Amino acid sequence: MTDTLRHARHLIGENPVTGVAFALFVLLLLAAVFGPLLVPYDPLATDSSASLVAPSAKHLFGTDQLGRDIFSRVVAATRLDMTIALSSVIVVFAAGGLSGIAAGYFGGWTDKIVGRLADTIMAFPLFVLAMGIVAALGNTVTNIVIATAVVNFPLYARLARAEANVRRDAGFVMAARLAGNTDTRILLFHILPNILPIVVVQMSLTMGYAILNAAGLSFIGLGVRPPTPEWGIMVAEGAAGIISGEWWTALFPGLTLMLAVFCFNLLGDGLRDIVDPQRRT
Amino acid sequence: MSAFRPIARRMATALPSVAGVIVVTFLLTRVLPGDTAAYFAGPAATPSAIAEIRAKLGLDQPLPVQFLHYIADLVHGNFGSSLTTGQPVLADMLARLPASAELIFIALFLAVTIAVPLGILAALHERSWIDHLCRVVATAGVSLPVFFTGLLLVYVFYYVLGWSPSPIGRIDVFATTPPTITGFFLFDTLIAGDGAAFRSTAAQLILPALTLAIFALAPIARMTRGAMLSVLGSDFVRTARAAGLSPYTVVMAYAFRNAVLPVITTLGMVFSFLLGASVLVEKVYAWPGIGSYAVEALIVSDYAPVQGFVLVMAVLYLLLNLGIDIVYGLIDPRIRLEG
Repeated sequence: MTDTLRHARHLIGENPVTGVAFALFVLLLLAAVFGPLLVPYDPLATDSSASLVAPSAKHLFGTDQLGRDIFSRVVAATRLDMTIALSSVIVVFAAGGLSGIAAGYFGGWTDKIVGRLADTIMAFPLFVLAMGIVAALGNTVTNIVIATAVVNFPLYARLARAEANVRRDAGFVMAARLAGNTDTRILLFHILPNILPIVVVQMSLTMGYAILNAAGLSFIGLGVRPPTPEWGIMVAEGAAGIISGEWWTALFPGLTLMLAVFCFNLLGDGLRDIVDPQRRT
Repeated sequence: MSAFRPIARRMATALPSVAGVIVVTFLLTRVLPGDTAAYFAGPAATPSAIAEIRAKLGLDQPLPVQFLHYIADLVHGNFGSSLTTGQPVLADMLARLPASAELIFIALFLAVTIAVPLGILAALHERSWIDHLCRVVATAGVSLPVFFTGLLLVYVFYYVLGWSPSPIGRIDVFATTPPTITGFFLFDTLIAGDGAAFRSTAAQLILPALTLAIFALAPIARMTRGAMLSVLGSDFVRTARAAGLSPYTVVMAYAFRNAVLPVITTLGMVFSFLLGASVLVEKVYAWPGIGSYAVEALIVSDYAPVQGFVLVMAVLYLLLNLGIDIVYGLIDPRIRLEG
């Protein structure tokens, strides 16, 4: 364990970007947990006397059409955006990861069904499929989570399948089988822990995509409803201001969204270097 | 003649995907919650009126029967009607498809012409400034929300610099729309010989196409760089260099020809991104394509256009992937021999 830590410290020393990404990640987490308590203004409070005020000491990121403080809204939105992304990643980890290792371990029909399911999802442009799912299931945040999980399913299922497939006849699996463990037990307690690090890296890499996907859906009016603060919908609300010069209404939520995605992509790359040094690029 | 056999075989392998796509779009329309009949009947309808509409729409039939009806409708090109425009969905989509196609293809063209040279240069000068530039572009491209890039470009080029026209539609409102021949305004205006309309079209097109291109060039640049790096390290390139061939011949004729194959494979993924991102870009630029058609329908809960849109996009994506595979087979002689 200390070796891993030392290796991690070495990699962060060599590639300070990963350190920065990690710091950003902690900041995002803090904003998600404590943000709504710390912001200077109520993110929903409108103030018609202070509509479209440019950024100043009083309003760090300015105010929007209805006089709401954009800084407070951007910070408060962190919780919702992170919750959507995190829950969709957890759902797809459970559904895609488990069916993937089952497919890789059992082969045969299980493999065929999971493979066909993944192929069918991959036959759609992913964002378009997500739109269709939210439109059909209903316009709610839960359905955004489900749609984002569904479009990520093939990625997880294939990864877990490949990793489980190379381990199905490994010595430790044979030993576990010989000791009388059931298939379910072998899958959950012998194979799953072994492929967990690789799947966790995948989770970090797809977090960025999940945030983008959710923000994109709410940008076109799916899922999150105004006046809820959420980055994608805030950019959509600020879009009108861009043409008349009120750049701050869209810029700050957009930049924050971009930083969050950037952070998860870099973090994923960094984690992969630690977990799976052979795949370093 | 034998060159067509693998193509036919490849087309046959697309059939399960087509079946999968049709089943999924059917499921999206029928099985999921929400009573379509009650929706069509409106809030004031009596239960008997709803039942009547349900029977009229065939929703009282068992699912397999409904599925057969659905397929029969698709075969006849009946995608339902849009409640907003009152037109059949298929007619609406066909009218708007060229706008989307023009945008997507120009964006892809821009992305390839920027990303491929960038990737080659980055591989030739590993760890130089251009390599770092390539990495920054590749990482930024996947992290930037495409609707946000679009708005930034509008702000800089329309509001601050005033270089580009107001970001609404395909052509200036005062310019004459060219007669439809190809549906691609760039070509139609040229065919009509209308220089002013051509310039107007190009000016309207450049920002949305650039927005999409920035998004698409990241994976292409990354893949070109990676493929070139591995090819440049191979024996035949070393031999070509040792034989005294000019650096240009070595890079373009020997290395790039071999590196182009993985790049073409990446295009499949790029198209998935492009088709999805085009929806967001069309919304930002009020581009009258099928993406904004679906978004407008979504806002007023008009579902037939959305379902038609999902199906058309999936079919388009399948065809593009098929095209990529065929091109791949034509470029790589090994595939043809095995086929």
